[in-house]
Amino acid sequence: METSEKIRIIKEQFEQDIIKINDLKELNDIRVKYLGKKSLINEMSKLLGSFNEEERKKVGESLNFLRNNINEKLESKKKELEEQEINEKLILEKIDISLPSTKMVVGNLHPMTKIINEIEELFVSLGYDVVEGPEIETAAYSFDFLNIPSNHPARDSQDTFYITEDILLRVQTSSAQVRTMLSKEEKEPIRIISPGKVYRRDDDDATHSHQFAQIEGLVVDKNISLAHLKGTLELFAKKIFGSDREIRFRPSYFPFTEPSLEVDVNCFNCDGKGCYICKQTGWIEILGAGMVHPNVLTKCGYNPKEWTGFAFGMGVERITMLKYGINDVRDLYTNDIRFLKQFNHVEGGE
Amino acid sequence: MKVSMNWLNDYVNIKEENYEIVADKMLLAGNEYAEIKKSPSSSNLVIGLVTKKEKHPNSDKLSVCYVDLGEGVIEQIVCGALNVAENKKVIVAKIGALLPNNLKIEEITIRGVKSKGMICALEELGIEAKYIKEENKGGIHILDDDAPIGENAIEYLHFNDTIIDFELTANRSDLLSMIGMAYEIGALLKKEVSLPINKIKEEESIDDYVLIDGKTDKAPVYLSRLVKDVVIQESPNFIKARLIAAGIRPINNVIDISNYVMLEYGQPLHFFDYDKLGSKVIIRMAKKDEKIITLDNQERLLDEKDIVIASETEAVALAGIMGGLKTEVTSLTTNILIESAVFDSVSIRNTSKKQLKSEASIRFEKGIDANATKEALDRAAYLLQKYASGRVLKGIAGYNNINLKDKVIGTCLAKIKKILGVDISLSKVKEVLDRLQFKYDIKDDSLIVYVPSRRLDINIEEDIIEEIGRIYGYKHIIGILPQVTMKTGKYNPKYKIIKKIKTRLEALGLNEVRTYSLNNDSNDKWIDEKVNQIYIQSPMSEDRKILRHNLVSSLLEVSKYNTHRNNKDINIFEVGSVYYQAENKYIEETKLSLLMTGNYITNSWQKNIFKVDFYILKGVIENLLNYLGFNGCYEFKEIVHIKELHPYKSAEIWLNGNNIGYMGAIHKTISKLPLYVLELSIDQLLSSNINKIKYKPVSIYPSINKDLSFIVAKNISIDQIIKVIKKSGSELLIDVDVFDVYEGDNIEEAKKSVAFNLTFADSKKTLTDKIVNDLLSQIINTIKEELKGELRSK
Repeated sequence: METSEKIRIIKEQFEQDIIKINDLKELNDIRVKYLGKKSLINEMSKLLGSFNEEERKKVGESLNFLRNNINEKLESKKKELEEQEINEKLILEKIDISLPSTKMVVGNLHPMTKIINEIEELFVSLGYDVVEGPEIETAAYSFDFLNIPSNHPARDSQDTFYITEDILLRVQTSSAQVRTMLSKEEKEPIRIISPGKVYRRDDDDATHSHQFAQIEGLVVDKNISLAHLKGTLELFAKKIFGSDREIRFRPSYFPFTEPSLEVDVNCFNCDGKGCYICKQTGWIEILGAGMVHPNVLTKCGYNPKEWTGFAFGMGVERITMLKYGINDVRDLYTNDIRFLKQFNHVEGGE
Repeated sequence: MKVSMNWLNDYVNIKEENYEIVADKMLLAGNEYAEIKKSPSSSNLVIGLVTKKEKHPNSDKLSVCYVDLGEGVIEQIVCGALNVAENKKVIVAKIGALLPNNLKIEEITIRGVKSKGMICALEELGIEAKYIKEENKGGIHILDDDAPIGENAIEYLHFNDTIIDFELTANRSDLLSMIGMAYEIGALLKKEVSLPINKIKEEESIDDYVLIDGKTDKAPVYLSRLVKDVVIQESPNFIKARLIAAGIRPINNVIDISNYVMLEYGQPLHFFDYDKLGSKVIIRMAKKDEKIITLDNQERLLDEKDIVIASETEAVALAGIMGGLKTEVTSLTTNILIESAVFDSVSIRNTSKKQLKSEASIRFEKGIDANATKEALDRAAYLLQKYASGRVLKGIAGYNNINLKDKVIGTCLAKIKKILGVDISLSKVKEVLDRLQFKYDIKDDSLIVYVPSRRLDINIEEDIIEEIGRIYGYKHIIGILPQVTMKTGKYNPKYKIIKKIKTRLEALGLNEVRTYSLNNDSNDKWIDEKVNQIYIQSPMSEDRKILRHNLVSSLLEVSKYNTHRNNKDINIFEVGSVYYQAENKYIEETKLSLLMTGNYITNSWQKNIFKVDFYILKGVIENLLNYLGFNGCYEFKEIVHIKELHPYKSAEIWLNGNNIGYMGAIHKTISKLPLYVLELSIDQLLSSNINKIKYKPVSIYPSINKDLSFIVAKNISIDQIIKVIKKSGSELLIDVDVFDVYEGDNIEEAKKSVAFNLTFADSKKTLTDKIVNDLLSQIINTIKEELKGELRSK
């Protein structure tokens, strides 16, 4: 038989063989069969020396070509088989992606803490210091320095938790304002907010709590006016209740401020059109404020002819309840885990 | 203060106003309102005359009435009231009337008899039962015989009114009167106020009848008039309607006049039956244990702090609060002594607190206008003359020790602008003062304001400025930020650390709770009984009796609450004060408390559950302490003395040689659930030095890990072994990790096997096996020597 004919037959034979290959082992077998020491190709190569130069060259090239061809096909078949093998494994590893995830451990700050943090952040950014005072206070810091005379009903034991005749649980964080003003040896401008717990003798119900948290603000300087109070509280209302909020002042009465005011924000639920949250008025009362009463300034060592100031105080529970639509203040103190876990994400970057 | 717009219109012309706008103007001037109540729609409610009444043929209780509605119309109306009677004038709701209870009157057939309308009781017109006379309750309202047939019944009864219920601030005592209200609303609406004119015809002199003897300075004004021969009957409809509007039940013309004038002027009056009182009236302080029976038939025990009005023999009235039963005005009374006085507000407050609160005491407590005392007295005398046919005696008996002048307060335009922060003109300021009816003098930009005596709330310059601001309108204030020196805002360091503690614990999966500081006695006994607790004077309840001295008991309550609601995984913390007394001081110490129970991490279907145990709690607290910069400064010691904790699953937490708290499982006798708690003092924590972060270059040479297992006696703690390993492993040993602890099969009794993974590294060179193996043998030998531990054979 012609050498070229032999090569053609080997090639055909190989092509028939490789189609039947199913796994890597069989692949290896035909590798040995066609390229191994005892393969026909190898046998034929051994005979090359017996050919003349021209023949040798021609047959040698053909054999090389055949060998390379077989090698390529074997390699590509090998790749194919390996891929197939991996794919078969992968199929076995298929998961149901709809199964529940592993719950990451995550906790939550109390919603009131979130509100307090937000408010503090605003005022600290405006240069206010955060100041704390004791909860167990003297009657002097709670009342006398705040222009609440000794026969005033606010001092009644019906309204205040007394520990002794002169020691009580503070009824407002304003006592921290007094302490701050008194602490200044050299009278200097003041910008503080004071968060903390306060106590009043109320029976607990949906809207009353014998313990609640307040944040008070105090600014004392040479030229402070109601316009400054309004500008400051406008910032506050926008930060907490949304950037398109407006506020309004309503005259009111507190012994420690004059003029005194209640501050309303236009309803964030209905934009002031009137709804159940604002009781159809379009406005929601959020805090009390005013210009520091000259008697308070005087008692705390600030000459009211020289200094003026504004103060404001808000109930953290009230702000929290308004912001999140909570109807019962007791929910903030019973700490049902299902309640606490709802305040669990940020609300944008504001 | 419930204000009838009809009544107010007597003093300031508001007939044409929209009352909702009036109410809102008041709101923005500082006078909130709770409600605007309008009278029932009056159409189709007319006065009728029952011309004939027959028994209903098919009912024992009903009657069939023929009612003359004027202009020749007589309707057949079925009525169930027992007091309906022939020849009586009644209120008829005609077909088409809509009553306040939303009942629409239509022609109906009641048990076979047609009824074209309804005869009404006052309740059906929206009048509350408490204002209705006993004899008319449950029946229809019978009108006076002279009521005009066919006329509008609502108008006839003066119920066609709008009533605004104002909620006043504590300082505005002047608004507890209709006249005060008139000044306020007049100022807001820019309208004049006209006061009542009382033309009294006087006869004989009072001096022959009455002698007033004031014996206390707690009654600085005491004025009286004597009115003889009064005829007691029902009040005219307008007085009754106005009292009802104000929330006071009409009784008879005389008593109604006393209330009417109080509401009008804000001056409480008292009427004595002169014949029971006698001619001598003494104003004095009560004697200790003196008694009086007041109009409400209560015997009241008095003392030297109570002001009384007395006859020669006994107290006859509790001054400023309530009259005495013995001198009460009754239907038989003919001669009346009117008292119009000023009593000391603090005394009235004290007595009222002990005894009772009344419309009078409320006004005296807040303070009244001493200038209105005489006017109110004259007003009452005039009304008794007019509506009770009384004869007013000439003159006033009594005294007035108050020399009341207008308060004079100076201010200036610059100060007004400075406080309000608005650019208000002098002419605007003048306009506001005019509207308030405050007199003033002006020189350049300075003002002298004369404040009327009715305005007890205005005493200083800032009060005047507030008046100007609120009448001018705070809406004119444009908000700006204060122009102040720039500076950074600061938290105090403790406050800031607490914020960090909270966010770290949040990140570690704990939920922050807030609980009450006031606790009950038995809960607070928990943990540390030696502490000197702080009790509240006269507590509101047993549950709020004591200031807590630990937070754990509060967290246990939270856990109990949640467990009862089937919330099983409870991982919570609280930062707050605890309170106690030490060395006569009240101490507030800031503490952190944790409670963990249930699962920490859950993935049920994969069976991967981290159940909370001691080591998870320990992990949380170690993580926190490391985060706070206390790495290597703390240790956990076995606990000995806290009886509420599991004796073998609890530890004290020590930081730099100080015990700062404890942690562990709650004792099984207290909770069957495995609850893990922790409490530590943040104040003590912060008194410790905090590590600064020190950067160390990371070794570029690979580290080598080796495992070693030892068998040691059970009572040797892991901590002890690790200390020995670290000591003998040199500085090349950079980490020791426990990966197995085993007791049981194949291990001798009273022994345990502990397996460690050791990491060695050298920052300067690659470690050789020889160096590491030498270190390992050194470790094995030391363990053998010091702890009698054996290397566990493979």
